Amino acid sequence: MTTATTTARSVLGRLRPRRNPWRHPWFLEGFTWLYLIWSLVPVALAVLFSFNNGRSQSVWQGFSWRWYYADPVNSVLHDPNLHAAVVQTIRLSVYVTLITVPLGVAFALGINRWRGFTASTSNFIMILSFVIPELIFGVAMFFVFTKLFTAVGLGTLAEVLALVTWNVSWPALIVQARLVTLGRQYEEAAADLGATPWQVTYRVLWPLLGPAIFASAVLVFSGVIDDFVLVDLLSSNSGNTPMSVYIYSQQRGGNGGPALNALGTIMLAMSFVIAIVGYLGYLFLTRGERGSGIDALTTIAGEG
Amino acid sequence: MAPGQERVGPSRRNRQKKTHRLFWAALAAPGVIWLALLFVVPFYAILAIVGGQLDVFGVPVAVWNPLHWSSANFSAAWQDVAGTSAFVGPIILRTLVYVALASLISLLIAYPAAYFVARFAGRRKALFLVLLIAPFWISYMMRMLAWIDLLQTNGYVNKALSLLHLIGQPVNWLGGLGITVIFGLVYGYIPYLILVLYAGLDRIDQALIEVGRDLGLGRVRTFVRVTLPLSRQPILTGMLITVLPMLGDYFTNQLLSGTTGTTMFGNVVDDQLSSSGGVLQGEGAVFSLLFLLVLIAPMIYYVMATNRSSRATA
Repeated sequence: MTTATTTARSVLGRLRPRRNPWRHPWFLEGFTWLYLIWSLVPVALAVLFSFNNGRSQSVWQGFSWRWYYADPVNSVLHDPNLHAAVVQTIRLSVYVTLITVPLGVAFALGINRWRGFTASTSNFIMILSFVIPELIFGVAMFFVFTKLFTAVGLGTLAEVLALVTWNVSWPALIVQARLVTLGRQYEEAAADLGATPWQVTYRVLWPLLGPAIFASAVLVFSGVIDDFVLVDLLSSNSGNTPMSVYIYSQQRGGNGGPALNALGTIMLAMSFVIAIVGYLGYLFLTRGERGSGIDALTTIAGEG
Repeated sequence: MAPGQERVGPSRRNRQKKTHRLFWAALAAPGVIWLALLFVVPFYAILAIVGGQLDVFGVPVAVWNPLHWSSANFSAAWQDVAGTSAFVGPIILRTLVYVALASLISLLIAYPAAYFVARFAGRRKALFLVLLIAPFWISYMMRMLAWIDLLQTNGYVNKALSLLHLIGQPVNWLGGLGITVIFGLVYGYIPYLILVLYAGLDRIDQALIEVGRDLGLGRVRTFVRVTLPLSRQPILTGMLITVLPMLGDYFTNQLLSGTTGTTMFGNVVDDQLSSSGGVLQGEGAVFSLLFLLVLIAPMIYYVMATNRSSRATA
């Protein structure tokens, strides 16, 4: 664009009565609402169909609890496979969170202070595990458990080991980020006052890192509930098939029906409970800090 | 100098530093060993399969010594790509087209929404954020199930479209349409993109935008000249975070179409891995390895970009 046309345009702009430059962007707001409706209403309808008093996933036939517990054969409560899927998901989430969080937090603390080649290489590998496509990682895990660590084989143990590796970057990254923002002055003060490294870790760092550790536990737990690819590749029978894989294999095999919606709704309810606990817990742990409402929201979504 | 430190002599302080280092190393050790055994070794396992032999049944046998590696699996995989029974080429092309379209559509939807919430939501920001984050907490399978319900031949989508007289006959959306799969990918991965974009756009200093406006730029030109250049980084990382998993996706198309007309690259690997008796696992290992080699550059870019931005905000 030449200078002449630019000048002409700005003169024109000055002559034309301008609309308020700070007016509310109604078009953008409408667009955002449309997006939100598109992203959330279908799921709301799927939840609704889990209460359908019929086999259809698309035609409403009245309200019932039959797919949850009332049906003596096909409900989540009474169908052994559906039941096992719920139990397996909860089991995996609990095991994986209990292992991943201490492992990741200790890793973050250690790597952050223990400088050197081994430390930085390990850290790089950890971050790589965060971005590697899950399918490739799943294939690697599949081969290592079927060809090398054959004692592990496929099943719950393989699922737990793979999920811990896959999720350990959450606590490791979040705690490292928190360590960077904290700086070292609190620890140095404690060390100057005579605290041993263990005492510094336990009495100074632990309380300061509390919110970050808590947030990462929430992320790991919900991440395991929603995980699909790893558990799909590493599960071997209905006893170690979690909900996500069960929904996939049944729907794909043409055995869809409201019982799957009921299973999905249970998953959703579990995730939402975790999210709410995570949000409130994070708020409680960071009480007194500025702007923690929005912070808490983005942190428990992994964007802190 | 802090009081109390005077009492510590230089030699003792050095010794203390050494024990401290040991303490931190010991703290990191379990994680380091874990990653070595369950992240590095598994990738070596892929290599050992790729370079391994086939037994009499054609099942791959891992060979752990690189000196004894063979090219049996490579030539088998090459048959899939260029041999008489080649089938992988069109699938790779289809995957690229699907992922390119899906990520582009995702960006066109996600950017305006993220932009609005980051810049204009005002006091309702928390409400919008909750709604934007909600899909992140809904399982992928549940979200796919939702669309399977709606897209049935007698489902609400067909009902709405015929009510508006846009279609005469009900469309069989789940019968193998590429457009359904692309749309499913958009729906599946867009929440991750929106969150990255929101976080990036939210970090842009409002003052920079106000300066643009104060100096007489219109709304559109401020956006083009100030906001858009500043959001290049979040757009890039956001696209990576959606494109990488989309490329390995093998379940979205299975759920929304399930026909060979919409097979993607991920299905090739998944099918070979679960092939009966494991006779195709060697080829699956080769394709996973090639997939990894293609993606290693963008992955490292992503690692470095996030490293840089986390240092910048710290």
